Amino acid sequence: MKKLLIALMTTTAAFSLAASAEAADKLKACWVYTGPIGDFGYSYQHDQGRLEVEKALGDKVETAYLENVSEGPDADRAFERLAREGCKLIFGTSFGFMDAEVKVAKKFPKVMFEHATGYKTGDNLGIYNARFYEGRYVLGQIAAKESKSGVAGYIVSFPIPEVVMGINSFMLGAQSINPNFKAKIVWVNSWFDPGKEADAAKALFDQGADIIVQHTDSTAALQVAEERKLHGFGQSSDMIKFAPNAQLTSLTDEWGPYYISRVQAAIDGTWKPDNVWLGIKDGAVKLAPYTNMPDDVKAMAEATEKKIAGGWNPFTGPIAKQDGTPWLKDGEVADDGTLLGMNFYVKGVDDKLPQ
Amino acid sequence: MDITVNILLTIATAATPLLIAAIGELVVERSGVLNLGVEGMMIMGAVGGFGAGYLTGSPWIGLLAAIAMGALFSLLFAVMTLSLATNQVATGLSLTLLGLGLSGMMGTSFVGQPGERLPNLDIPGLTSLPVIGRLLFGQDPIFYISIALTAAVMWFLFKTRTGLTLRSIGDSHASAHALGIKVIRYRYLSVIFGGACAGLAGGHLSLVYTPQWVENMTAGRGWIALALVVFASWRPWRVLAGAYIFGAVWIGQLHAQAFGIPVPSQMLSSLPYLATIVVLVLISRNKRLTMMNTPASLGQPFVPDR
Repeated sequence: MKKLLIALMTTTAAFSLAASAEAADKLKACWVYTGPIGDFGYSYQHDQGRLEVEKALGDKVETAYLENVSEGPDADRAFERLAREGCKLIFGTSFGFMDAEVKVAKKFPKVMFEHATGYKTGDNLGIYNARFYEGRYVLGQIAAKESKSGVAGYIVSFPIPEVVMGINSFMLGAQSINPNFKAKIVWVNSWFDPGKEADAAKALFDQGADIIVQHTDSTAALQVAEERKLHGFGQSSDMIKFAPNAQLTSLTDEWGPYYISRVQAAIDGTWKPDNVWLGIKDGAVKLAPYTNMPDDVKAMAEATEKKIAGGWNPFTGPIAKQDGTPWLKDGEVADDGTLLGMNFYVKGVDDKLPQ
Repeated sequence: MDITVNILLTIATAATPLLIAAIGELVVERSGVLNLGVEGMMIMGAVGGFGAGYLTGSPWIGLLAAIAMGALFSLLFAVMTLSLATNQVATGLSLTLLGLGLSGMMGTSFVGQPGERLPNLDIPGLTSLPVIGRLLFGQDPIFYISIALTAAVMWFLFKTRTGLTLRSIGDSHASAHALGIKVIRYRYLSVIFGGACAGLAGGHLSLVYTPQWVENMTAGRGWIALALVVFASWRPWRVLAGAYIFGAVWIGQLHAQAFGIPVPSQMLSSLPYLATIVVLVLISRNKRLTMMNTPASLGQPFVPDR
């Protein structure tokens, strides 16, 4: 049925694309999402970016999207269909679309392609990603300031570099304020199971954590924090509506500015394949308004945000690995390659990394 | 002491939707029908319950809507398998897929909206009692419904004449039909009851467990409920035990992780499934009794000759 729905949606998209083919001076920009845009998380945020493009560029652009596209042969078809039907610039938003995009990009040299979070490029294929770890450093500092017990609960999905990088950055931030700060880590082995995320939050609170951080997508953990009158951080979207008294800030993905600049470049004819890893300074990683905290903590968070925007990297030495062996020397900055393949904890993380 | 109470309350919340959905399916299967659409009916209940609660501002209306949605959706299954005698396995599977897709479409405008939560019971003087107060008198209304439902189904199936009739249909629909029992009518009512229960279980997710709507929020709980029925060898009290064992190990493994026990999380995550199966297999290891409890005509279509 899901397949059938996708087919239907693809057909609908095809119709809308066909209908717009007459307005020849419009640039058609298209998106492919792996999840439903209704996940209020990753795919939702990409789609918000698409809507921003529509809003900013008005009648200079026409957009379309395909959601729920699974990573595999379906992805080939999705990209090829969009390319055939007049899309001039196509964004693939999931790591797993990489090979499909590489293949289709070769077939359609006149169409511009962009791929999020991957590493393969081509003559008409650029890549882009966001440095979420920058925001997590700020979360760590806030947590260390705001926690009374000195313990945060950290709910995580899968032990991939992106997640490990986030835990490390959070801990470095927290330790910069309170060297004895602890984080209890619970792996729920799912990106998305609201019930399990809520259960994990309850377990962590019951064991003495008083602030919750998550690298999973739903609002469930924050709702638990709200019920318990404790605090937490949102993820992907601003979740303040779900936890008006509990959310300290939220680590949000803002793809809009990037998408607008790329679509504009395509309209102007200046688009070139690129390889960008965007951070706080580019506005791609954003922290939702700081709430439920005293002014001095807010000021500190803003100062750190500014420092990172100014080019400072949270992974700047001296930093030791979990077992105490030195990793970065004083002043040494981690290179992007190491970060993208990160599979070890820094000192002070109280967990055994699942391998 | 406080932490123990909190853990027990968390376990009850985790077990309740499994218990309700499984009890409903148990009645369906006792009547000889295998409905694999539990996950689909559950997610429809979740979206219906959230939607009605959100639009009217009353979680109680949401609760009723969840039940109605599950029942209505199961009617589709009933018409297909009972009146049109389609294959129950295939129809049940498509019901699940249809439910997952349809609920996503219906719920588009509810995404990112905080919902209504059913209030916990609060009896002055009783709820504030130490320890037992919150356990006995301070839980959400659906928890009490789930316990009452289990008792009612036990009584109905094994202590009433109608229950006996229902079980006899599940064992041999041909003989029941020969005796003049209206097989199809019984089965229709069973399937709708099962749908209502699955809907209520879904409503528990979107009105109590995590008051929000997101696509696919049941995350496989319907399948766990289905498995519970089989491993509990179609006995209500074993379903209750199974749901709570599952809930206890589920919550226990999260606590173990938070506590820092050096066991791989993937292994801990699979523990609830393993533990539940092992325990239920052990308590139903009497082969003869299990055979007796298995509805003999489970999953077979029935077309009465006229």
